[in-house]
Amino acid sequence: MTEPAAAVAQQTRARSPARVGWEAFRANRVAVAGAVLLAVFHTLALLAPFVAPYAQDSLDRSRFYHPPQSVHWRDPAGRFHLRPFVYGTRSGAGTFAYRADPAQVVPLRFLVRGERYRLLGVLPADIHLFGVAEPQRVNLLGTDAAGRDVLSRLLFGAQVSLSVGLVGILISFAIGLLLGGLSGYLGGWVDALIMRGSELLLSIPGLYLIVALRSVFPAEMPSGQIYLAIVAILALIGWAALARVIRGMVLSIRRSDYVVAAEALGVGRLRIITRHVLPNTLSFVIVAATISVPGYILGEVFLSFLGVGVQEPDASWGNMLQQARSLTVLTDFPWLLFAPALAIFLTVMAFNFLGDGLRDALDPRRLGERMG
Amino acid sequence: MRTYVLRRLLQLVPLLLAVVALTFLLLKLAPGDYVTTLAENPQVSTATLEAMRHRFGLDRPWTVQLGLYLRNVLLRLDFGESFSRHQPVLEVLRGGMLHTLLLALAGALVSWGLAIPLGAWAAAHRNRAGDRALSVFAFLGLSVPEMLSGLLLLLFAAHTGGFPVGGMRSLDWEVLPPAGKVLDLLWHLALPALVVGLVPLAGRMRQMRANLLDVLHLDYVTTARAKGLDERTVVMKHALRNALNPMITLFGYTLGSLLSGSLVAEIIFAWPGLGRVTYEAILARDQYLVVGSVLMAALLLVLGNLVADLLLAAADPRIRDD
Repeated sequence: MTEPAAAVAQQTRARSPARVGWEAFRANRVAVAGAVLLAVFHTLALLAPFVAPYAQDSLDRSRFYHPPQSVHWRDPAGRFHLRPFVYGTRSGAGTFAYRADPAQVVPLRFLVRGERYRLLGVLPADIHLFGVAEPQRVNLLGTDAAGRDVLSRLLFGAQVSLSVGLVGILISFAIGLLLGGLSGYLGGWVDALIMRGSELLLSIPGLYLIVALRSVFPAEMPSGQIYLAIVAILALIGWAALARVIRGMVLSIRRSDYVVAAEALGVGRLRIITRHVLPNTLSFVIVAATISVPGYILGEVFLSFLGVGVQEPDASWGNMLQQARSLTVLTDFPWLLFAPALAIFLTVMAFNFLGDGLRDALDPRRLGERMG
Repeated sequence: MRTYVLRRLLQLVPLLLAVVALTFLLLKLAPGDYVTTLAENPQVSTATLEAMRHRFGLDRPWTVQLGLYLRNVLLRLDFGESFSRHQPVLEVLRGGMLHTLLLALAGALVSWGLAIPLGAWAAAHRNRAGDRALSVFAFLGLSVPEMLSGLLLLLFAAHTGGFPVGGMRSLDWEVLPPAGKVLDLLWHLALPALVVGLVPLAGRMRQMRANLLDVLHLDYVTTARAKGLDERTVVMKHALRNALNPMITLFGYTLGSLLSGSLVAEIIFAWPGLGRVTYEAILARDQYLVVGSVLMAALLLVLGNLVADLLLAAADPRIRDD
């Protein structure tokens, strides 16, 4: 290739690593699907009081263990309804037996007035995405033992379960990055102390450690405090594995020329770690964080599932799953298992897909190949 | 090899000391001390309370308490009393440990016994339909946490009646012939072991596939092919051995998740192991029992890692001579 031609080729190829990574990520349909699903779930959780037809603790004593109602457009006579509807139900012969009544067509209404709530915790409102005219109720995913709407609880539970994942990962990765960075950069006794500490945490099976740390807090606490305790427990455990990997990366980065140059210029140690060394671990950290989020979500689910996490009447995916633990519930009212189980499964899978896609997209070796 | 074993054993000592010290911290941080919970029970006499206080030195400064605690735990294997069961903690845990080990090993057998052949097969049939199906299965398997697979299998057992919905033995276990006892145990073990093994199975299968693919690109494999050996011999005799080595290292890492998995499986299937004890202990606020079982779980993990390291050293001379 002649020289001008090479320059032209370089110009057309000059794309930043971030852009190359982004293009590779966008081409990965599975990873994009994961990202979209997660965006939808988090948005729904954020807007839970609006999307949910009822409050999480709103109960109807005439509808215990009501099965899910399906949405119809066509009535038994074959007439098409422009407005989708559900059939009203009547109690049948046995206990908790409900029979759909074809004569009772209950149309779904959209943007209806219902129970009052505060959107995002501040805006007072009473408009719900959908609902039916009182005194009828609509339970698209059925109701639980207290006659509460499972769909509404799933949405409110998502607020707890999903935010535990994000907040937990943020805290524990901040700790892990800092400690791993210090450990690798400073070496000596700081390194020894931090590494022995992480070994200690890693030598106890994860869920046992979660239980052990939970036992340090009182059994009965207000919901807010339990939430904070759960986040604290998960963050305290999560930093260890990350810190060890970061330490290894820092050990190799600190010998690089630009760090030596920064040291020669008299830049402070903390600044070198935070500005020069840690940013180089960024792509690894993003991938590791994405893949670790399910672990935090499952930590909350696990504690609530044991009955020592988020307490009723507040909903979380874990304590919804706990309701489904008894054999009678499992066999007679299986929607109480399937609703939270599907939500957990889809969330974990979406994070796995996203993490895998990010790993492929951000892999420096592959980036190099793609950038030519 | 002997010096390597000795060195690894010596390394365990400070780690175990630290774990015991950590459990002491957990006991100190928990609301109330050992005796306050016990004192709520009118059946416990004041003399017993005083004896307890003295044994753990609760009336003395915390440094002395830590010393006494270390001595009691390490030298006398005295983990304190379980107040919900009125038994020494060690006695409660002894049976549970064995059952948990059995479950974790069965889970390991399920996951590794399937992961290695399936992973190897997928690598040998790379990008064909079977490989793709297995990789979809692995991805789904990784996304089904033990709590979900456990409840789904419990639902399956309840619906079909083909498997027990809990426990470790049938009611008539005592009168069964020896072979019948083993079969009965395996029958009870099947579903919990599947729960424990599923997540590691998915992960290890992907790992095994990747390992074998790496090895299949190496020169000595090409040489073997060039000699005219058939593909089966190349994979089974030449490539597989080297692909297995990293799997032994991974075994140590998997052990923690196997134990965590058994904790969940034991709770769902009422398997009378360490996890079940831990679960009941935390609901009863039986702090000494919680801490004792966590200690035992840590011991199992640490010893398991040791075994994995020794296995690796036995398989790979570079490690033991280092």
